[in-house]
Amino acid sequence: MIAYILKRLLYAVPIALSVTVISFVLVFLAPGDPLNAIAPADAPEEVITALKSAYGLDKPVPVQYGLWLWRALQGDLGTSIASGRAVAGEVMSAVGNTFLLAGLAAGVGVTLGCILGALAGYRSGGWIDRFASTLSVIGVSIPHYWLGLVLTIVFSIWLGWFPAMGAGPGGSEAWEWNWEHFRYLILPALTMAVIPLGIITRTVRALVADMLEQEFVVALRARGLSGRAVFQHIAKNTAPTVLAVAGLQIGYLMGGSILVETVFAWPGTGFLLNTAIFQRDIPLLQGTLLVLCLIFVVLNLLVDILQPLIDPRMGR
Amino acid sequence: MSAPLLSLEDLSVQFHGNRKASALNQVNLELGAGEVLALLGESGSGKSVTLRTLLRLHPASRTKIQGSIRVEGQDVLAMKGRDLELYRGGTVSMVFQEPGLAFDPVYTIGQQITESILAHGEKDVGKAKAQALEMLEKVQIPQAKRRFDAYPHELSGGMRQRAMIALALACKPRLLLADEPTTALDATVQIQILLLLRELQRETGMSVIFVTHDIGAAVEVADRVAVMYAGRIVEEGPVSRIVNNPCHPYTVGLLASTVGPEHRGKPLQAIPGAPPDLANLPGGCSFAPRCSRASAQCSSQVPPLVSGSGGRLACWNPVSQLENQ
Ligand SMILES: Nc1ncnc2c1ncn2[C@@H]1O[C@H](COP(=O)(O)OP(=O)(O)OP(=O)(O)O)[C@@H](O)[C@H]1O
Ligand SMILES: [Mg+2]
Repeated sequence: MIAYILKRLLYAVPIALSVTVISFVLVFLAPGDPLNAIAPADAPEEVITALKSAYGLDKPVPVQYGLWLWRALQGDLGTSIASGRAVAGEVMSAVGNTFLLAGLAAGVGVTLGCILGALAGYRSGGWIDRFASTLSVIGVSIPHYWLGLVLTIVFSIWLGWFPAMGAGPGGSEAWEWNWEHFRYLILPALTMAVIPLGIITRTVRALVADMLEQEFVVALRARGLSGRAVFQHIAKNTAPTVLAVAGLQIGYLMGGSILVETVFAWPGTGFLLNTAIFQRDIPLLQGTLLVLCLIFVVLNLLVDILQPLIDPRMGR
Repeated sequence: MSAPLLSLEDLSVQFHGNRKASALNQVNLELGAGEVLALLGESGSGKSVTLRTLLRLHPASRTKIQGSIRVEGQDVLAMKGRDLELYRGGTVSMVFQEPGLAFDPVYTIGQQITESILAHGEKDVGKAKAQALEMLEKVQIPQAKRRFDAYPHELSGGMRQRAMIALALACKPRLLLADEPTTALDATVQIQILLLLRELQRETGMSVIFVTHDIGAAVEVADRVAVMYAGRIVEEGPVSRIVNNPCHPYTVGLLASTVGPEHRGKPLQAIPGAPPDLANLPGGCSFAPRCSRASAQCSSQVPPLVSGSGGRLACWNPVSQLENQ
């Protein structure tokens, strides 16, 4: 088992390295000049050159990458061009906020998805099944910024139950564990929960319906096990696949929330990316991309390590 | 014979899901305590359906069962909840054809046997485990202690089938249903498993219904044979009578189409044609379209299953008469 974990960790290293290259190079492929964002359009040539060398933009790209990677390894992601603050600090506080949002969304989506999927699988062809498949199609295909807008109109403008934007009372961006802050989390989290809900429902339904047809489930019944005991067996058999799918979904939630975070002005990584792109803030953009990609890599690594712990047929 | 352990009366099973089929048609059968019955018949004749119906394993929503099943005087079709759970695996249990598919792949062999023992009334986990281990030793699994903690995929096919038998016998059933328990195994292992089953049957005095395509195996372990065709029992009787003096043309064909030492030098014969479509059975004897002895009566009237000294037979024009045995 230890050897397996070490092997997985080793595999993750080249992936992480390529991720750094991609995060770094991608930004250079995009059109536009970052200096436009800070220097006035009519700035004299000397000012531009000075700015360029201050941000290291005058060196060849591979050198820039090497320097950037070296600093990144030490936890220094540079300074944001727009705000002048350390990128690492900005990204970390955004990551914290996104973790909250994605965590709640994933919790709601995965839990409900498992329950609904299992019910639909057990009653395949029945009304719960039809309800669940309709819901999962909606969940997967509905544009979620649109859903976010609808939820805002209904729950904050008409009903006034939850705030429409921000992360805390009085525009505060620092999270606190109380109802006042939690209220801000509800609408964006619900909006984001819809996609994993749809996908997990569909996955679990298919797995459970298929499992119920399997000979070993018939055999479990033939042994006189109760419905609950049989369900435990089904749950343990479906867990590895559900875990893999859920891990992927959480990964997407961590990075794929640009639209929702922008709609709700939630100060997370998606919002930060959006800001960085519009302000052509290259260090901020690179830093955020890098951290998001690394989170994705780590999540996949976790799933890879957890799966064989549940399923004795895999790995080892 | 006193009251039989098992009696089936006019048992019919219809599936009305995507695939419609009258899989069993008025099956009547009795089995005494300690008796071993072999069920023979071509593929699709309803042998597995019979066994699964005995344990009520077909999905209720897609299956219509008529007639009655009585085991030890209890009405099986009326059982509910905890009674049904105790009956399954407790009074009647099953050994499946593919031990590789019938174990839950993510639990160890030991866990699964222990779980079954606990589900049938044992409260003490330690005792249940000890009992499970004892069962593994009883079915002659070498290094039973190690195999106890093995996952199903870590055992060979033969070992898995032994473990399956240990699981099925763990709660001391009165009746064991074995659905082609050796078909998925190598020839040498097949014999070992058959001998094991016979030995365990003698030791415990349980009854066994044993589905097989292998007439040699039936002769080896069974007291009686019932031959099925298209969801009906067409002939039934003591093994020696069936093998030496088959009466039903279908039984004759079935015996002629299997390889055995007595057939050496003679050409192997297949029964011409294919079994009927169970969704719409022909009016008379289901075997009539394939039968060389068929008369007009055969294709218009279903022959009743009549008893005689040599067993029971459902045929208008038998190869030899049951009474003459
Ligand atoms: N759940 C089901 N739904 C519809 N039809 C079924 C179902 N289970 C079995 N059947 C049908 O019932 C008939 C009898 O099947 P059964 O499995 O009992 O045959 P068998 O005698 O065991 O054959 P084999 O020797 O191949 O195992 C087959 O035609 C089969 O297609
Ligand atoms: Mg069968």
